[in-house]
Amino acid sequence: MASVKLKNIKKNYTKDVQVIKGVNLDIQDGEFVVFVGPSGCGKSTMLRMIAGLEDITEGELMIGDKVANDIHASKRGIAMVFQSYALYPHMTVAENMGFALKLSGTPKAEIDGRVKRAAEILQITHLLDRKPKALSGGQRQRVAIGRAIVREPKVFLFDEPLSNLDASLRLNMRVELSKLHQDLKTTMIYVTHDQVEAMTLADRIVVFNAGIIQQVGSPLELYENPSNLFVAGFLGSPKMNLLDASVVASDNRSATVRLPKGIAVRAGVDAARAKANDRVTLGIRPEHIQLAADADANAIPARVDLIEHLGDHVLAYIEIPGINEIISVKLPGNSTTLKYGDAIKVVFPEADCMLFDAEGLAFKRVR
Amino acid sequence: MDNQNKLWRVALYAVLVYAAVYYLLPLYIMATTSVKSMDEIRAGNLIALPMSITFDAWGKAWATACTGVECGGLSRYFWNSVQMVIPAVLISTTLGAINGYVLSKWRFRGSELTFALILFGVFIPFQVVLLPMAQTLGWFGMARSVAGLVFVHVVFGIASTTLFFRNYYVGIPDELIKAARLDGAGFWRIFFKVVLPMSTPIVMVVLIWQFTQIWNDFLFGVVFSSGDSQPITVGLNNLANTSTSVKEYNVDMAAAIIAALPTIIVYVLAGKYFVRGLTAGAVKG
Repeated sequence: MASVKLKNIKKNYTKDVQVIKGVNLDIQDGEFVVFVGPSGCGKSTMLRMIAGLEDITEGELMIGDKVANDIHASKRGIAMVFQSYALYPHMTVAENMGFALKLSGTPKAEIDGRVKRAAEILQITHLLDRKPKALSGGQRQRVAIGRAIVREPKVFLFDEPLSNLDASLRLNMRVELSKLHQDLKTTMIYVTHDQVEAMTLADRIVVFNAGIIQQVGSPLELYENPSNLFVAGFLGSPKMNLLDASVVASDNRSATVRLPKGIAVRAGVDAARAKANDRVTLGIRPEHIQLAADADANAIPARVDLIEHLGDHVLAYIEIPGINEIISVKLPGNSTTLKYGDAIKVVFPEADCMLFDAEGLAFKRVR
Repeated sequence: MDNQNKLWRVALYAVLVYAAVYYLLPLYIMATTSVKSMDEIRAGNLIALPMSITFDAWGKAWATACTGVECGGLSRYFWNSVQMVIPAVLISTTLGAINGYVLSKWRFRGSELTFALILFGVFIPFQVVLLPMAQTLGWFGMARSVAGLVFVHVVFGIASTTLFFRNYYVGIPDELIKAARLDGAGFWRIFFKVVLPMSTPIVMVVLIWQFTQIWNDFLFGVVFSSGDSQPITVGLNNLANTSTSVKEYNVDMAAAIIAALPTIIVYVLAGKYFVRGLTAGAVKG
């Protein structure tokens, strides 16, 4: 078990191409941290640098209390699970899981014991004599995880381990990974581009974009208080509605902004640094937009463009006259009377509206 | 529709049977002629089955037929070829496997260029290098020896064996190599414990390919060897061109079959791997 510290880590492929631009992060012992971001954001490169598969151009990597920059990958006390499972096709499951121990000269009896124990945790004891070819995708994934467990690493690294599985299997494995972390209590670093995996698995999420950490925090913290437009747009499905607006009035308790066509909306944020007429972006999550009664004077008139019934909830895509963006609204599953073309009225509750300045940085929300 | 299908099927088989007969007929004539006596051959029934089978011609071709001034049969040449082909095939295949492994899994600055240059070797016409190679062999003191022939065949084999192995190894996922590195395996351990055990099909292809190429080579054999070191292709040529009073067709045929037998046997034993190896990678495993 170990903590992982990244101090100003940088990665250059050539002199001019920098893919990681100074990453600072403290991962606590026993924490489940998820790196998330769009493809090409540097999250996988970061993971491979921690693993020792890529050189670190600049900065310091600490695993436990040791600087690990120049320690060989196999000596860092880490184990990695790959997206393609990377099982050795010519070895049985048991040989696959015991390969690292065999290379390090562990006595055979101990290898067998540890392989057996890991197999029991993952319920793959009956597969130990098979070759990877004879396994299903989910079983291969288990073996890959088993191979990592057998090494009893201080840190587990997962590189998009569920991306190759079908949807239902992915859900199962997600739950099992969560359980595994509870049982082993080992530090885990998990890379994914899937925000649902990030939200459900992580103690803390690290959002990457363009080689820089955008924000670090617990899943709910990031969801409730995204620090900038990128994080706001990345987490949540359907994604947050982001609308161009300009500031009318602002103080440290709230701000009033005007959407095109003069629609005024109040947001509960500390906007003391904003000035009148500043360009800003108003953000509101689909589940926070409320339907209003016709008589409500503050409500905004809108028209229904599309309705999606998902059983537990209804997704409505609405158009507000004068606003270019289609706005998504998440409604309870029983509000099934809406249909295409309906004229409705909606309210953006002040407490749920977020505001981002011209640079994309969030104004602090007032609670 | 059904009838038309059947018609095509019949036509297809007719073409295939025709092609098979076309290619098997020479072999048939060689085999039958080699077990006929000269009297029977002189009677002129080229295609007829032998009336009585005799292996005298085979014995003569192997042990006593004249190749030039010497009359020791093909046996000496045959063993020369064996001594040449085994080390040459093994060394060129081993080097090709290591080259392919490095060029696909341990890329370095300029590795693509290195591969391109090695690949160039596949296209060099052998005649171009005869003189420089003769000079080189002279410097190394390997001129006119079996060792010299092995050297020449290894040098020219590397281009194609590297190509075969490199293209096969490109299909092995990089993550497998990374996983092995994390498991604590180094360059050679990954090669021997992970990569090589997955290489059976391509190893078979390269072994067959190299064996056939080197065994059948005539040009290098005739240029870079003499007397005691000549391979079987040269021996066969000498045997067929040595004119005594009569042309002994049965001995010539037996000699030709002896010269071709090893490659035929290799194909029969390992042929299924050859096709499998050439198509491996085309289908997702």
